[in-house]
Amino acid sequence: MRLKTFLILMTFLPGVLLADCLQRGTGDMGVIIERASGSVLVIDTSAHKVLSHVEGLGDLSHASVVYSRDERYAYVFGRDGGLTKIDILCGKIVKRVLQGGNSIGGAISQDGKLVAVSNYTPGGVKVFSSDDLSLVADIPATPFKDKRSKTVGLVDAPDQRFVFALYDTGETWILDMTDPARPALTKFTNTGRLPYDGLITPDGRYYINGLFGEDGLALLDLWHPEKGLKRILDHYGKGEQQLPVYKMPHLEGWAVAGDRAFLPAVGHHEVLVMNMSDWREAGRIPVHGQPVFVMARPDGRQLWVNFAFPDNDTVQIIDSETLKIIKTLKTGKGTLHMEFTPRGEEVWISVRDKDEIQVYDTRTMKLKTRLKAQKPSGIFFTDRAHKTGL
Amino acid sequence: MKCFRFATYAVLCLSLSGGALAAPTADRKAELMYLLAQDCGACHGMRLKGGLGPSLKPEALRQWDAEQLAQTILHGRPGTPMPPWSPFMSHQEALWLAQQLKEGISQ
Repeated sequence: MRLKTFLILMTFLPGVLLADCLQRGTGDMGVIIERASGSVLVIDTSAHKVLSHVEGLGDLSHASVVYSRDERYAYVFGRDGGLTKIDILCGKIVKRVLQGGNSIGGAISQDGKLVAVSNYTPGGVKVFSSDDLSLVADIPATPFKDKRSKTVGLVDAPDQRFVFALYDTGETWILDMTDPARPALTKFTNTGRLPYDGLITPDGRYYINGLFGEDGLALLDLWHPEKGLKRILDHYGKGEQQLPVYKMPHLEGWAVAGDRAFLPAVGHHEVLVMNMSDWREAGRIPVHGQPVFVMARPDGRQLWVNFAFPDNDTVQIIDSETLKIIKTLKTGKGTLHMEFTPRGEEVWISVRDKDEIQVYDTRTMKLKTRLKAQKPSGIFFTDRAHKTGL
Repeated sequence: MKCFRFATYAVLCLSLSGGALAAPTADRKAELMYLLAQDCGACHGMRLKGGLGPSLKPEALRQWDAEQLAQTILHGRPGTPMPPWSPFMSHQEALWLAQQLKEGISQ
């Protein structure tokens, strides 16, 4: 009898211990932000399945995610200053800190040991241990009026650096965290008026700020920071009537095909085409509305574009070679974000007002399947773990 | 005065141009509240505590009256990212939204 009991226990015990955690690789997993309910879905991109639902992440009305280098942990940056570390295998919050009053995004360091958060209130950047989310460094921004400048466009860069911009005071700062006890700052004070977001090229060499308050973009060559910032596309939009902007564009990732890069134009119904060899304008593509995200399929063959209110019910697909729109999809109101699977055969699109994720085959540009999600916004797949700037 | 293409608003437009004040219908109120949370929320936060744009909580708006706020909603703030929302709502609707903000919206 005793032996029998023991055998039964042996059969069930490992299952009990591991009951809540998956035993699998995470390379085809991701998380989807449910912005209104402060929760995230953990998903399987191969099976098109929701694996778990994690609640209690606070205000996610603006949220972004980076991954640990083992692709097991997702760090979620919420609007309310919350930084939450989620174990995606167990579908559980490992640790959560309220690190600021109001934040906009974050980045993980080259070595994966540090997570940096960009804050609006109090303006500045805070750096945490990716292990236990303990504070490593606090970098207050330049004072502005009775507060401090908001910080935006925070990215990681090679050599254990972070780069970000100061929205109110028009600066770009490089934060070197090589020695965590002695954060080293390099400041550029001539970025331009109201930098609203930034991106870094996938090789980690060029950091680019979009400017809201004036024409053009600010470019910093991180191989040669001593050369300072360079203004590019500064003729763009000169003398033209800017349209009101109902949602700020996002510079996320770097949409490149061949030697051309593609960017959302601010206040125009256009995608900007830039020649990367000389950073000059190489054309404009008229589109359905004001672009929010311009995302290149991983092979660069197609660009998928979504739009600001009131045109946020549409996605357009551009052929990167001919610069022609090859398809216009009516995805539904509140089409907020798009994420390609690692090799680009699918794109997942969040449609807020339909409470769903739509999965498209990028070759046929046809809907493959839908997943239910409550007011979904950002979609983040684990392959971001190994991409500079994401 | 912008009149909407929807039949529902014909009455509202008429009454506004006639000078009378008509509150938005219950359906329209729900639409406006959704717009506030989702689209205003893109910059001001879904909980209206601020983001790229300032907080819209009553304590942050104390220095302005509802009419001033309605004008800001309708015409935007030049030099800042705040756009004019007049293509999407009437003066009366903006004023109603401003009053909700002044009173505070329970979330």
